[in-house]
This record gives sequence, structure tokens and C-alpha cells, in this order.
Amino acid sequence: MKKDIILAGVGGQGIISIASIIGHAALEQGMHLKQSEIHGMSQRGGDVMSNLRISTQEIASDLIPFGKADLIISVEPLESLRYLPYLSSDGWVITNIKPFNNIPNYPDIEFVMKAIGRLPHHIALDADTMAKEAGSIKASNTVILGASSPFLGMAYDKIEEAIRFIFRNKGDDIINLNLKALKSGCDFAQRNI
Amino acid sequence: MQKLLLLGDEAIAQGALDAGLSGIYAYPGTPSTEITEYVQNSKYAQDNNIHCTWSVNEKTAMESALGMSYAGKRAIVCMKHVGLNVAADPFINSAITGANGGLIVVAADDPSMHSSQNEQDSRFFGKFAMIPILEPGNQQEAYDMVHYGFDFSEKYGVPVLFRITTRMAHSRSGVVTRETRRQNEVHLPSDQHQFILLPVNAKRRYKKLLKDHFLFVDESEVSPFNQYIEGKNKSLGIIVSGIAYNYLMENFPDRVVPFPVLRIGQYPMPRKMVERLVNECKEILVAEEGYPVIEELIKGYLGRGLKVKGRLDGTLPRDGELNPNLLAVALGMQDTVGLPVPELVVGRPPSLCSGCPHIDTYNALNEALAIIPRGHIFSDIGCYTLGALKPYEAINSCVDMGASVTMAKGAADAGILPSVAVIGDSTFTHSGMTGLLDAVVEKTPITVIILDNATTAMTGGQDSAATGRIEAICKGIGVEEEHIRLLKPLRKNHGENVRIIAEELAFQGVSVIIPRRECIVSIDKRIREKFKKTQPASA
Repeated sequence: MKKDIILAGVGGQGIISIASIIGHAALEQGMHLKQSEIHGMSQRGGDVMSNLRISTQEIASDLIPFGKADLIISVEPLESLRYLPYLSSDGWVITNIKPFNNIPNYPDIEFVMKAIGRLPHHIALDADTMAKEAGSIKASNTVILGASSPFLGMAYDKIEEAIRFIFRNKGDDIINLNLKALKSGCDFAQRNI
Repeated sequence: MQKLLLLGDEAIAQGALDAGLSGIYAYPGTPSTEITEYVQNSKYAQDNNIHCTWSVNEKTAMESALGMSYAGKRAIVCMKHVGLNVAADPFINSAITGANGGLIVVAADDPSMHSSQNEQDSRFFGKFAMIPILEPGNQQEAYDMVHYGFDFSEKYGVPVLFRITTRMAHSRSGVVTRETRRQNEVHLPSDQHQFILLPVNAKRRYKKLLKDHFLFVDESEVSPFNQYIEGKNKSLGIIVSGIAYNYLMENFPDRVVPFPVLRIGQYPMPRKMVERLVNECKEILVAEEGYPVIEELIKGYLGRGLKVKGRLDGTLPRDGELNPNLLAVALGMQDTVGLPVPELVVGRPPSLCSGCPHIDTYNALNEALAIIPRGHIFSDIGCYTLGALKPYEAINSCVDMGASVTMAKGAADAGILPSVAVIGDSTFTHSGMTGLLDAVVEKTPITVIILDNATTAMTGGQDSAATGRIEAICKGIGVEEEHIRLLKPLRKNHGENVRIIAEELAFQGVSVIIPRRECIVSIDKRIREKFKKTQPASA
């Protein structure tokens, strides 16, 4: 089993938290992992991406080759389109539809959604609203993770376990909130595959 | 022995701690910062009194590490590639003094300039200084090489350059650790003259270095980090160094390359191994991250006789990072690509954070300067360099740490008046103070704006040596007290701030303006940590 994942967002949106949950679940199952991050200047509100590779075999490159990513997971709609050259022909794009508008020339969101709609395999969801319904808008990334969960090649309960581990110091309320957010994202994806 | 998930930077730090480190010296710089931060956050380091406070700049860091090595203890000094320019004087001379306790110099190169002003290759510095170089290809190697590097450094009494690149520094993978080695006891060098580089000693030491070079080559021939991997198809031989090896292997799912491969992780280059590859193969492909260092070496200037492909002949791009696709194309394999990026996707450049004090300073500065022609503002390296972008477009230069002050001086000497320097607090103590003294000595009419946000913000908020000291430093250097002006960059103070800046612009001498307000990210972090202590927070 091998999954190559591009995580996309804007500096400060916390895409690394998604990476650490998937990464933890993968490691718990004895898989290999490589995750490349961007630090420094681009963290100041610029576009950021991370390469996350998990595999039962040893992984060679820290970077995913173009045309080989199984998944693009994006917490922002415009950013979900920036890395399409990485996507394989049967790869999926999972994205939040809530724009993060910190540039003067952000394109019309309708056109962005149309471009996402034209992708052969995509799940687009309002993670912010769903997170609010689950208890806190801060769990928006967990909703996106939930929507990605059917594509990760691992059992759902392994991701739940990883959430329990990553948030272990934050109390049961936070864990349950995130599990609920995860579930709502997952349910949405299942209905829309 | 345990398995940890570590960034390349963290693997180096953990390796150093486990190899008996006594001190780490560094100035923050992407992509090297996390090495020192890892040691600073290590309980083991705290319990064992391992030095890990930030240095004022890379030169002081390098010299302090050399001092610790003189005392017989193991030291590591870390910097980004351009930091090695600042540390070049002690670095080059440390090859002549040699080391006593193990001494490793980490230089983190940034090909593709993700967060830098150039993509210089630190291996040139290693060769220039005749200092052996280690270049890891993965996180485990990075960990192991630190142990090896310290042993090597003590065996030959020479510092070792540890060269990494951005992807190595900021990629995470599993690392198996070893048992912790005890720190060295303090012991002076056996040769009491080796660190006194008077010509009489330096000549003797340099001859030793020239002789030892051949021993370093011998070590490279048998190093566990230089590998000759057999291949049946001799139409091509591949030399690959550091992380480029991973990009090569990515193109072979069974991890078997049909061509002979020489994998390099330790320099000087292993001559016999290169000779063997050249003798066995019809032509050579060199894939290395950064400059064509190996390629130039084996090709020669005229490139006669030997057919060498790589960055120089266009088989690989001359600049920028490598990746698996570039290697595939170089090998004549099918390239892969997904869907095109839709035209509507616009760039999202980094920008000053909402609430950043620099925004208010730039707004005030722009208004104060509205009446004079553009092109009078020299700036520096930090978050505030983003003031070059819209909507501020407030600065006209960004070259190297401290250059704002001295370029403003040179421009004023040439007749550009008023002439303004905009520099951050940490950059000022890094390399701005000496230039300010130049201006004071000559009473050059420049206005130096020291943006004091009480942190080294761009690299993630490290302590700044300037905090609480700026006025005293400026006074000590000789700036007249009435021309050291403090202001608070807030929108409500805009009018007053414009007035103060305008007053100092009109002054025909050295003035310093200090807009002082804490970095908004630092405040956020502080509040979050306080909140975390009182109650559990959310994702």
C-alpha cells in the first residue's frame, strides 16, 4: 500500500495538523513515512504545501513526482487547484469550499468552484460550517481529514485512534469534538463518491 | 535505541546530543533554525548543561564553537548558506588551526531560493577551506553522519562541514537512534601553538593540512557514505550526491538501477571510485543538488575527452532544486504530469501579518517621504523586506544582513539625501552596529529606522540579542541622544509618527528612529501558551 498526498493551504491554516494525524496512523501500522514541509518566508500568509508519502515499502524521494499524487487535500478552494500537475489521472481532490481571501486579486469564487467541479474526482465541502456544527470552527481541518479518510487506504478506526493520540493532552471534549468533525467529513465523502 | 520521527534538522540535533555534544552555536536562518531549537527544547540538553543560546551572528557562533573545540569539547555550529559568508573568516582559518574537540559546521543551502536571496553551494566553501564535507541523503544518514563527523574531526584534528539542503532540512522521516555518548572532559590541545596563526605557525599548519588532504581522500574511498553500486548497463555511469540519490531511485520502483551508480556523501571526492566509474562507463551523468561542483571537477574546463552530462550541458537545469521528474527526463525516461493549473489561479505571495507593527511604520514612513523622489530607502533581511511588495512598495534594497545601514551611508556619500536605512532589531545587532559606527565617525546624514518587534520574527520568533539594548547600543556608538527617537507604531499615533520621522529626515547627521511594538505572532503565541496552561485548547 502506498499513498502520495499533497496537502495544500495558506500559511497559518495549519495543514501540518492533518499531516501529523495521518502520519501517526501510518506509523502505528508500521508503515514508512516521508513528509516534506515548507518553513520560512511563505508561512507569512503565502501559499503553502506539504508532500506526505506513506507506504508499506521503503520510500525513496521526499518529493512526490508530478502526475503521481493519489490525493490533494486542501483546506482552501483556490489552493486545491494550484497543485493539479501533481495529481495522477485517477487521483482525488478533497477541498474545503470556504475561501481564505488575503489577496486583492482573488478570483471570483464561482469560477473557482466551477474549475473544481470540472475535476474528474473531487469532494468539495463547507468544512467550516460542518466544523461549527460539530462544536468548533477550529475543527475545520479535521472535517477535511474526515472527507479524505475513505481514500487513505487505512481503516477508519486507525484515524480515530490517531486523533485520540494527537489530542491526548487536550481533554475528552476536544477529542470528541474532533471525532464528530471527522465523522461528518467522512459521511459527506461517502455520500458524494 | 528508539525510532523517532524527525525533520532532517532535528535528526542532526538528536545525533549531536547522542554523540556527546557540549554546545551548539547558531544564528537563526531558514532552513537551519530547527537544529538549534531542537536542542533548546531538549530536556536532556537542559539537564546536562549543553550550551544552546543563540549567538549574535554566524561569525560569533563559529568562533565560539571553535573556542569550545579548543577546550576539547564537542561543538556544532549551524547556519543557513549565506550565514557561512558571514562566518567565512573563522571558518576558513579553522582549517589551519584545526580542531581539538570534535567540531561540525552545518550549512543549510536553499536551492530554488524558497527563503533566501541566492542559492550558493556551501560545498565550494568546504573545498576552498580544504575542509572535509559530509552530505546526507536522508534523515537516518543525517543522524549517523553527526556521530561519524565528530569522530572524524577528532581523529584528524580538523573541522567538518556538514552540508544539507532545504528538502533534507525540512523533510520528516523515521530515525533509529543510538545510545548516548558522554561529553568530553575539558582538555587543551596537545600542540600549544596550533591555534596561534602567526605566519611561522600558520605555514606549518597549512603544510599539514595539504598533507592531510590525501588522507581525507583515502577516507572518502572507504567511507560508508560513498558507495559504488554495480549496474549491468555500462553505456552510462551515474554520479549522484546527497538527496539527489532519492530522486534517482524514485524512478526505479524495484530500487534497481541498470547503470553503475556512484553515490557520494563524503568529500573530498573519492578519486579511485570516480576513476573506476569513468573507466567502466561510456558516458557520465552527474546529478547533484546545488551548483555543478562534482560535474565541473570531473569534466574539466574544456570538457575534452570525457562525456559528462548534467547541469552544465542542459541535461539537468542549471539552477533550482532537482526532483524525480528532472532525473527521469535526464535518463530518457517518460516524464509524468497531471492536469494543468487553471488560468484563474493567481499567486498568493507572503505578506505582513494583519496587525503587524511594520505596517504602521511603513505607512508613516511613506507619508513622511511623500514629498521627496522615490528610491531613498535601503532595507535589510527580515519580515519587513515584505514592505517591498504592494501596497507599501516602501523599500528599494535588500542585499545582506546589515547592508541597509552601510548602503544608506554610501548613497548619502554620493549625494542621495535624505538617505534612510530600515533594519530589524535582530538584524541590527547581527551586522548593523558596525555600519552605524562608520556613519557616526563621519557624521553622515542618514536616518536609521530600527524596527524593534522584540524578536527574530521571520524565522519563527527566536530571542533577539537586541531586546532592551538598542538605545544603549546606539548611544554607546555615538549617536546623539536627542536624535535617538522612540515611537509606537499604531494607527492612532500615525500623525505624530509621521512628524517625528520628518524631523529626523531633515537632520543633517546620524539619527536613529526606533518604532517599538511586539511582533503580533509573538503576542499570539504568548497568549496561546498562557491559555494552554490554564485550560485545554482546541485543534
